[in-house]
Amino acid sequence: MLGSGIIKGLAVTAKNFLGSYHDPARMVTVEYPEQRTVLPDAYRNFPFLVCEDAADPIGTLRCVACQICEKECPPQCIVIEKSKDKKPDATGKPQLYPITFNIDVAVCMSCQLCVELCPFDSIKMDKVFEIATTNRFGGLLVTREQLAKPNSYYHQIHPVEAAEVDARLTAERKAAEEKAKAAAAAKLAAAAAKAAPPAAKPSDGPSEASAKEGPKS
Amino acid sequence: MSAAESFLERAPIELRDWAVHFLPSQLQWFAHHIITIVAVLAVFGLFFAFTTVAERKLLGRLQNRLGPNRSGLPKFSILPWHIRHKLFGLSQPFADAVKALTKEDIVPAAADKVLHFLAPVVVVGFSLMTFAVLPFGRNLIPVELDAALLYFFAAGSATELAIFMAGWSSRNKYSLLAAMRALAQLISYELPLILSVVPVVLVASTLSTSAIVQAQGAWTFGVLPHWFVFTPWGFAGFIIFLISTLAESNRSPFDLPEAESELIAGHLTEYSGFKYALFFMAEYFGLTALSGLGVTVFLGGWQAPCEFLEFIPSYLWFMGKLVCMIVFFIWIRGTLLRLRIDQLTRLSWQFLVPLALLNVGNAAFWALTAQWSGPLQLVRWAISAAVVIVPFLLIGRSLSAGYAPRTYRYAP
Repeated sequence: MLGSGIIKGLAVTAKNFLGSYHDPARMVTVEYPEQRTVLPDAYRNFPFLVCEDAADPIGTLRCVACQICEKECPPQCIVIEKSKDKKPDATGKPQLYPITFNIDVAVCMSCQLCVELCPFDSIKMDKVFEIATTNRFGGLLVTREQLAKPNSYYHQIHPVEAAEVDARLTAERKAAEEKAKAAAAAKLAAAAAKAAPPAAKPSDGPSEASAKEGPKS
Repeated sequence: MSAAESFLERAPIELRDWAVHFLPSQLQWFAHHIITIVAVLAVFGLFFAFTTVAERKLLGRLQNRLGPNRSGLPKFSILPWHIRHKLFGLSQPFADAVKALTKEDIVPAAADKVLHFLAPVVVVGFSLMTFAVLPFGRNLIPVELDAALLYFFAAGSATELAIFMAGWSSRNKYSLLAAMRALAQLISYELPLILSVVPVVLVASTLSTSAIVQAQGAWTFGVLPHWFVFTPWGFAGFIIFLISTLAESNRSPFDLPEAESELIAGHLTEYSGFKYALFFMAEYFGLTALSGLGVTVFLGGWQAPCEFLEFIPSYLWFMGKLVCMIVFFIWIRGTLLRLRIDQLTRLSWQFLVPLALLNVGNAAFWALTAQWSGPLQLVRWAISAAVVIVPFLLIGRSLSAGYAPRTYRYAP
């Protein structure tokens, strides 16, 4: 009959209307600033710098200012300035460090290439998306101080990935330690074999010594 | 009748007379009308404001959304405190009004400035004029006219002139074409709209709205009201009236004149700011006035549905029925899809007009057989119902032949 489709349609919307009051499955709206959904684990938007110690974020940055990310960044949003001096990193090895590390998040396209290229696991993707500011130049240029976030924070936002990174870093450091130990032993053995009167002089001294002191945060 | 004497029933009139009696007697008639106009403007202005927010909230709920619920109280910098309550979004229309008022008003350089300005004013003016003959309550009718229905439709149709004024004066081809389309639609539906009311005029044998309401004021067994919608011809007339009202007030599914997702904005293309808001307002006033007429003509006006409910003042009954009509229109808007222009005119000329014409004959039969009683009463009802149902089925079948049910060849 003509018009029966209209009545069916009216019944559908009436069901919607009534259902929206008692059926949470129908009412999917999340009223954002007050209510929040949990971001999915794989969510990522802008990069941040990992540091080992929350108390001294700038001093314990993993970044060694190698500038790979700066060179590879497709939209060229990273600006790094190398330091003139060297500071010991987490493993105690003297390394350069960035005296400037700026990311222009207005330009960043969240491609995550910097994260994939970084050989030091020092740059990772963050989950903070509320970065709106009233100043689009200064406000969206994020500096080293704002970027540095502790490893514990990384564990918090991407637990699986962070555990994996930590395991790899520990393994690498342990391997490096073993290697250094082996090298030292070999050198010692070589020195002993030579049986030369001069005592075994410390070869690469400080770096190896501190490398043994224990890695990792 | 005791209900007519109750305090609440007389209160608005008493209040007006009390306010007027301070003035010298030569000015009293003038003050009398000014008060009436102000009251209608205030009540229906607020009614418009809350219709918009109710519409948005209801549409939201019909689509499983929340609708506007955030606008709260503004922060006044002179006050040391700020009441942070969202008021369930009920202050939304006032925020919208402030927004519309503070927007830039752009008039095209080539536009006819006078007509461009006049069109929104005229459209609001005429749609407000139609309120003058609606009986809002037992004693509440702004102007008691003998030819009230004629006046109502004359004032209501004049808004079409304003729509064409808007389209033409914008000096924009989109506006002009859209205004012509709007006129085609409005004139197509003017006919079924008026034809659907003619049966009531035939049966009640009066054009006066208050007399039509009086004619519906009786109950069988005290509970079954004698509203015209509860007769076969009245029911058919009411449905035709509803459909034509939707089309006359440019509402979904007949909102082609400014189909915001398809056309630019129809005849409103060159309007912005408060002028646009005025057109919007006129549309709602038109809808409210037509709903008020539907309530008056078919739903018993201010009459209570049952005799024992008469203690509730008549104007509350009127407003209650009006709100029901508006809610029904919003429900329709949340359900149906927009028609094409050919479907729209086809529906009017091939379906509504023939049915409305037949319905006039049906009402004539009803009026002629008014003295039938006993078993003949059943015959009268059967014949009248048949005159409604049989043409509906036949015309409906011939119209939808080849169109429905639609088969989807590529979708399951």
